[in-house]
Amino acid sequence: MKLYGNKKTALLFIAPALLFVLLFIYYPIVQNFFLSLYRWKAFGEERTWVGLQYYKRIAQDPVFLIALKNNFLYALISIVFQVGFGLVIAAILEETFFRRFQGFFRTVFFMPSVISITVVGLLFQLVYHPSIGLLNNFLKAVGLENLTRAWLGESGSAIFAIVATSQWQYIGYIMLLFLVAIQKIPRGLYESAEIDGAGALQRFFYITVPQVKETIIMTSIITVIGGFKVFDEVYVMTAGGPGRSTEVLATYLYRSGFRNDEMGMASAIASIIFVITFVLTLVQLYVNKRIAED
Amino acid sequence: MGKAKGWNPSRALVMFLLIIYSILIIYPLIWMLLSGFKDNQGLFLDTWGLPKTWLWENYVMAWKQGIGRYFVNSIIVTSVSVILTLIISSCAAFALARFDFKGQSVLLLIIIGGLMLSPQVSLISLFKFLQKLGIYNTYLALIIPYVAYRIPFTTFLIRSYMLSLPREVEDSAYIDGCSSWQVFSRIIMPMSKPILATGALLTAMSCWNEFMFALVFIESDKFKTIPVGLMNLRSSLSTNWTVLMAGLTLSVVPMIVMFLIFQKQLVRGITSGGVKG
Repeated sequence: MKLYGNKKTALLFIAPALLFVLLFIYYPIVQNFFLSLYRWKAFGEERTWVGLQYYKRIAQDPVFLIALKNNFLYALISIVFQVGFGLVIAAILEETFFRRFQGFFRTVFFMPSVISITVVGLLFQLVYHPSIGLLNNFLKAVGLENLTRAWLGESGSAIFAIVATSQWQYIGYIMLLFLVAIQKIPRGLYESAEIDGAGALQRFFYITVPQVKETIIMTSIITVIGGFKVFDEVYVMTAGGPGRSTEVLATYLYRSGFRNDEMGMASAIASIIFVITFVLTLVQLYVNKRIAED
Repeated sequence: MGKAKGWNPSRALVMFLLIIYSILIIYPLIWMLLSGFKDNQGLFLDTWGLPKTWLWENYVMAWKQGIGRYFVNSIIVTSVSVILTLIISSCAAFALARFDFKGQSVLLLIIIGGLMLSPQVSLISLFKFLQKLGIYNTYLALIIPYVAYRIPFTTFLIRSYMLSLPREVEDSAYIDGCSSWQVFSRIIMPMSKPILATGALLTAMSCWNEFMFALVFIESDKFKTIPVGLMNLRSSLSTNWTVLMAGLTLSVVPMIVMFLIFQKQLVRGITSGGVKG
């Protein structure tokens, strides 16, 4: 064991990684809390102490509630579609009958998640476009003209149109995680259930679902955390509008910092995002540990 | 098991739904590709049809309007970030997987703990910090944060792989008097090639597609990468949608091609981490 005990050499190997992580991940997080206590601008050195004033302002800001609500909506819808449909599609593709088509469908369904969110956002902006858009043209073609609308231009539909785009992009990603989980289930379970006369639905509810319980919990937490981190799609498609109706925490942060030049306010919002995502991550770690112990 | 192979109405229905869903995924992408060849009038009057004349000029124009430059920037930022991330992470993974020393688990926790922290939270303070370092609005303003944020996951990925490698070759190399560096570069690294490929692929994808840092840490057009560049293209083209679609198509080609070629490595990386992005 002497060969592997050289601490100095080990530290030398690990030093660059440690330096990067400490300087550019941990330090900015700590620094952010201090920066939220001052009034300061994006360019320039001046800063004025304001204490917790920005936090008070955020608490009273109706936009904060809109953002929180939209993040929550994002998380909730993503769980239903990404985790729900992801699991169902994976279970179907792992059925004996459908397995021979799996390669094709897996590739197609997963493909959108390798494309950048910016491209997907800009593409769907055109898909939702009132006159040239695919969606309205499709509705007209099938005689549902009365359903056509400016999807991203109306505050009632805009946030749903954005969330729907995310589902289009990421159902296949979560599906992939489920495919791997289902492949680990012992085949014998299915075979004996089949001999006992269990149908496809029964096998799904009594074997697949309980066997991939861990993956269901893990993917749910990933999607919830993702729902609270969302920025790109919203910024690209509506930048928070119309009005402030599609604002999420991250766009609220961006607008405060780089549109209104209130960097302290933006830091305060960042601290709130930190608390939310950190708590969710701790829940994830706790659940993972519980699962590992089982 | 003859029953399991044949068609029946419910299987046909499920198949039908799977095909519909596939069309929902693929059609918008094909629409983007084809619309890139139309003019605006063709897009208005015949959204569904094939272009009447194939306007390759749109693609040329999108390229000249900026996609070309953004492409070069993305290639520079992505390739440097990938190389640095892999070197730094595999060194750290080597120390964490192939050594035994006091404090090792704490260091592991510090590095992998970086996974828990989301980039949004440090957006503002990093912006300030990069200004202070004098690298705001340069390639380094993207490369350094990208590398930092990719290290935790990549180290985790490579470390798990290195833990599974046998120790025999390494043992005899040490006994023959090789230094740690020689063992690392001549034995461990070559053995880790598959996981390095996976790590490179995931890092490349995330750097190529990253948007928020690229939006905030770069100001001048000449350093912008594709995702932010596309936003510029959108405003400069205003209603010239078909050229924009050509630009969108050009910018996804590298990722789609990479995905189709390296699907296996990609899947391995994603499922071993369970981390999005």
